[in-house]
Amino acid sequence: MAGSGDKVTLLAEWPSPYVHRAQIALELKGVSYEYLEQEVWVNKSELLLKYNPVHKKVPVLIHKGRPICESTIILQYIDEVWAGIGPSILPSDPYERAVARFWASYVDEKWFPSSTKIMKAKTEEEKAEAVEQSLTGLNLLEEAYEKSSKGKPFFGGDNVGYLDIVFGSALCWEKTIEKISGIKLIDETKFPLLAAWAQRFSAITIVKELTPETNKLVEFWKELQAIRNANTSGN
Amino acid sequence: MAVSGDEVKLLGTWASPYAIRVKIALGLKGVSYEYLEQQLRENKSELLLKSNPVYKKVPVLIHKDQPICESAIIVQYIDEVWAGVGPAILPSDPYERAIARFWAVYIDDKWFPATIKIIKVKDEKEKAEAIEQSFAGLSLLEEAYKKSFKGKPFFGGDNIGYLDIAFGSFLGWVRAIEKISDIKLIDEAKFPLLAKWAERFGSVTTVKENIPKTDKVVEYYSKVLKALWNA
Repeated sequence: MAGSGDKVTLLAEWPSPYVHRAQIALELKGVSYEYLEQEVWVNKSELLLKYNPVHKKVPVLIHKGRPICESTIILQYIDEVWAGIGPSILPSDPYERAVARFWASYVDEKWFPSSTKIMKAKTEEEKAEAVEQSLTGLNLLEEAYEKSSKGKPFFGGDNVGYLDIVFGSALCWEKTIEKISGIKLIDETKFPLLAAWAQRFSAITIVKELTPETNKLVEFWKELQAIRNANTSGN
Repeated sequence: MAVSGDEVKLLGTWASPYAIRVKIALGLKGVSYEYLEQQLRENKSELLLKSNPVYKKVPVLIHKDQPICESAIIVQYIDEVWAGVGPAILPSDPYERAIARFWAVYIDDKWFPATIKIIKVKDEKEKAEAIEQSFAGLSLLEEAYKKSFKGKPFFGGDNIGYLDIAFGSFLGWVRAIEKISDIKLIDEAKFPLLAKWAERFGSVTTVKENIPKTDKVVEYYSKVLKALWNA
């Protein structure tokens, strides 16, 4: 199916929700790719430094020898290159596209950072503030889901789309946050629509296959925090 | 020409580079719109609060009574709704689109925050750091221009495009920061390609009409922002 020189490689890291986004999109489009696990935290790998010199982060999609960086940019690239193959990732209507992009940006800039802050908080006060911000965000997203889905199973309608992928990829971390801090964020009594959507999203075959076990993510998080603390104390 | 209900309104502020992006995009597409200058500090308008309840910021484009927020999202919306009218804003090739989007995000997330910091911070060490970061960013952009844009007059090629608009909308502020801090940022000795690009960009009609005069921005900083930031 792929012509020579059309090889697709994904520089990745197993715990990264940003990487999962790219994997879900490639799977939806039926695109074969080479998955290359990278060293991101202690000694960044050669490939990473070569293909993403500006940010030195994953995911990086390499297609026809050229790198594409930033998960949401990768999603749009995949949607555009493999347009007409498999389902569309972004909606076709410009206004709906703008709405999907808006909430995806909100998840990345506001909701996900405030949620992971719950695990990073050093005081009870900081933790409570982060929880409040995260719940405020979920209120907005519950409303957004109602408006965007119009009674359909996903933000994207009958099939998963851009916002489902962006938001849904964070769900494994929502479970990790619950395990570490004891706080259930997407509580079905508070956010019934999102809770149901989350279950549907998590049940999708490719999502099930990709999603790391919560225990492994908890372990990963603890190791990561140890590295970060070592780096700060070493300065 | 405009069908009723198809009216376009833009909520913005004259100094906002993000609002300027939208003005340039609308200008390129020849779209008529009603511009509504907003108050951002006290007394945000009902319309702003209703149209952008999440961030309460400008710009907001209102089209067919529906609000679209976030400048990058608005510019892409304009490109998609008025596709085929006037020049395309995003390139047609998916890889070139990815590059344009990448650098636009870099400018918003890294370059401009470091650059504005030059006039925000009082500590000399912090200021020096901000200047260094701004220069590092300009170095990357100079290189990107050389590599990806292959000797054409603009990042978008023969005509201004998405990245030209994303970057160039900051020029009023760049000139003001240069004046206020007495530092040449887009120095043609250091960044010859960017310096020439900035001149070309600045002389495009739609741009000239929408980028505020440097002195006006400097005055705004001296009379309003300086006190606000020092609070």
